[in-house]
Amino acid sequence: MSQLIVLVVGILAILFIIWWFFGKHQVATGVAEVASNEQTIAINVSGGYSPEEVTLKKGIPAVLTFTRQDPSSCLDHIVFPDFGINKALPKNEPVTVKIDTTKPGEYTWACGMDMFHGKLTIK
Amino acid sequence: MNVTRRFIISLIFALPMLIEMVLKPFGWMLPGQNWTMFVLTTVIMLVAARPFLQSAWASFKKHHANMDTLVAIGTFTAYLYSIYALFTKQPVFFESAALVITFVLLGQVFEERMRKNASNAVEKLLNLQAKEAEVIRNGTSQLIPIEQVVIGDIIRVKPGQKVAVDGVITEGTSTIDESMVTGESMPVEKQVGDPVIGATINSNGTFLFKAQKIGNETMLAQIVDLVKKAQTSHAPIQKLTDKVSDIFVPIVLIIALATLLCWYVFLGASLATALIFAVSVVVIACPCALGLATPTALMVGTGRSAKRGVLIKNGEVLEAVNHVDTVIFDKTGTITVGKPTVTDVVGDMKQVLGVAMALEANSEHPLAAAIMQKGQASHLTNNAQVNTFKAIEGKGVTAFVDGQAAFVGNIKLLADYTISEELRDTMMTLQNDAKTVVLVGIKQAVIGLIAIQDIPKETSKAAISALKGRGLQTVMLTGDNQRVAAAIAKAVGIDQVIADVLPEDKANKVTEFQQQHTVAFVGDGINDAPALTTADVGIAMGSGTDIAIDAGGIILVKNDLRDVALALDLSKKTFNRIKQNLFWAFIYNVLGIPVAAGAFYSMGIILSPELAGLAMAFSSLSVVISSLLLNVQRIKTVQ
Repeated sequence: MSQLIVLVVGILAILFIIWWFFGKHQVATGVAEVASNEQTIAINVSGGYSPEEVTLKKGIPAVLTFTRQDPSSCLDHIVFPDFGINKALPKNEPVTVKIDTTKPGEYTWACGMDMFHGKLTIK
Repeated sequence: MNVTRRFIISLIFALPMLIEMVLKPFGWMLPGQNWTMFVLTTVIMLVAARPFLQSAWASFKKHHANMDTLVAIGTFTAYLYSIYALFTKQPVFFESAALVITFVLLGQVFEERMRKNASNAVEKLLNLQAKEAEVIRNGTSQLIPIEQVVIGDIIRVKPGQKVAVDGVITEGTSTIDESMVTGESMPVEKQVGDPVIGATINSNGTFLFKAQKIGNETMLAQIVDLVKKAQTSHAPIQKLTDKVSDIFVPIVLIIALATLLCWYVFLGASLATALIFAVSVVVIACPCALGLATPTALMVGTGRSAKRGVLIKNGEVLEAVNHVDTVIFDKTGTITVGKPTVTDVVGDMKQVLGVAMALEANSEHPLAAAIMQKGQASHLTNNAQVNTFKAIEGKGVTAFVDGQAAFVGNIKLLADYTISEELRDTMMTLQNDAKTVVLVGIKQAVIGLIAIQDIPKETSKAAISALKGRGLQTVMLTGDNQRVAAAIAKAVGIDQVIADVLPEDKANKVTEFQQQHTVAFVGDGINDAPALTTADVGIAMGSGTDIAIDAGGIILVKNDLRDVALALDLSKKTFNRIKQNLFWAFIYNVLGIPVAAGAFYSMGIILSPELAGLAMAFSSLSVVISSLLLNVQRIKTVQ
């Protein structure tokens, strides 16, 4: 009897792992708030980025504020390769990143080791 | 708490268990046995390992898995199971959890140190700027911070001061040392209408200039921008291992669960036995050896290189070196000495140098320094009586030496003097060799010539031929004119010369080469910084500017160009060792998992969690030993 329970629980756990890590999941998206000719958005860094996808309006200067809460050194840098930005993210300290929004398109950002990713859309 | 402190704490608490592991065969046991281990490991888990759990949980919530996930699950499963085992009087394996944490943290400490060394080139570049400028507004001069300078401002620059921003001279003349931006070793003479560059140093005259480019528009700011872009576009470290971890970790977890089910449900083992197999899988899959493979080889390889005067900044450089087939050199200061030196004295050496020294003793011209140095090297002393000294801008100097009219200067000063045909011919020959020729005259006649050139370093030729011997293509890139460049290239045996390159175009030239080749760039000036970062491998001379040193991936401390070949050899050796380490660590994981899962149980081969932990530690140790072997590998020296 206990064997059957373990079997069922074990198979469920395996299915859960497959679904959780390999299934398609909705990512958190965010649109920046526009106020007096500046758009701002706060991004929380903990086990990844929330939101993970950010949409910005073209032509309005944008400021992204990253706050790292994750203790992992994996996330201690933020890199925007297209904009030549590479900043350190001290834990629990908001770090602002200014984005030039003159050119529309899709850009990515990543942590210092290119493990975690986020997407920036300017339109 | 930072990684280093976490590592030290876990090392202190894991050390007794490590000692026991080594001394057990000799009969030494840890006092208090399991309970001592429980206490020691609990401290490590609470203090040093908790961040792994936090990060693993945060990642898990976002459907990600990383190294932290595996470390957290492996160690906490081992730890929690051991507590259960402790109370049910079964074998415990606290030391596995403790050692896994210690080794992983060791890897992270190494890694953090590597990354910190990486670079702060950009800030240093910006520090070169003048902080203040003397601006003349409404007829009065005032000292203002550089940020307040606007386009059109008239700025005064006194001798020894830095030029504040880019602009054009409106009044006065001077010579300016532009070497930090352009790499040009000779100070440049400037007069009204000539452009000046911000952050360059004014040497002798006072002049006024009109600001044309400020802030982000200046040449220095443009170079800063290039360096920034080049830096962030670099390939990320350990990309492969991290990409793998997103898939690797869940798969390991699935294998562990499957192992548990197989043993417990289908093979009828007890739950404890099945759990032991599952935990063994997670413990042995902990990618410690994989994590240590790169940093330890890097530490040893870079340490050995450093002893030989070659500083290697990071792992990316090592990887890139393997593919390098073209080496591009900057000329001034890299292949050449970087400052003018007297190469020939025509005429009676003692007399010619004597007159020249008497006149140049009071001059601040860079050529004067070369002449004085030559005089001192020839053991000549200057005790002539000199009066009515006069510097004639752009021509030379005149004075009365021991009561007789004398001069040192170029051909433009010749009007009052006569020169023999023979000397005139010699002058042409010297000039054709790309040398700067100075005439020396006394009593209305030219008595001799002094030829001055930025000569190649003694070691340049050997260095180039060593590289050619390794099948590498050599190229020289310089802002100097074709004639000078070709003469130097011929002297040292470089294959290809690209002359008249503007400072800002150096990086572009490197990019052009990169379309077909993997390029190493060797340079020393600020103007080389973008090229150093753009190239697959940037090699900076140790005598170079801080900026070049920061921009380069490899630094040659001894300034010896022959070390380029040494650097390439050492990098290749280190990188090959990393590849070997990764291969063995990976094979170890691949083979270890089925063994840990009990696949060879029927053959009597099993891996209990302690053994899995020990094997894990041993594989880490073998990787470290393999890295240490790098220290004794033979490296050829260029003569």
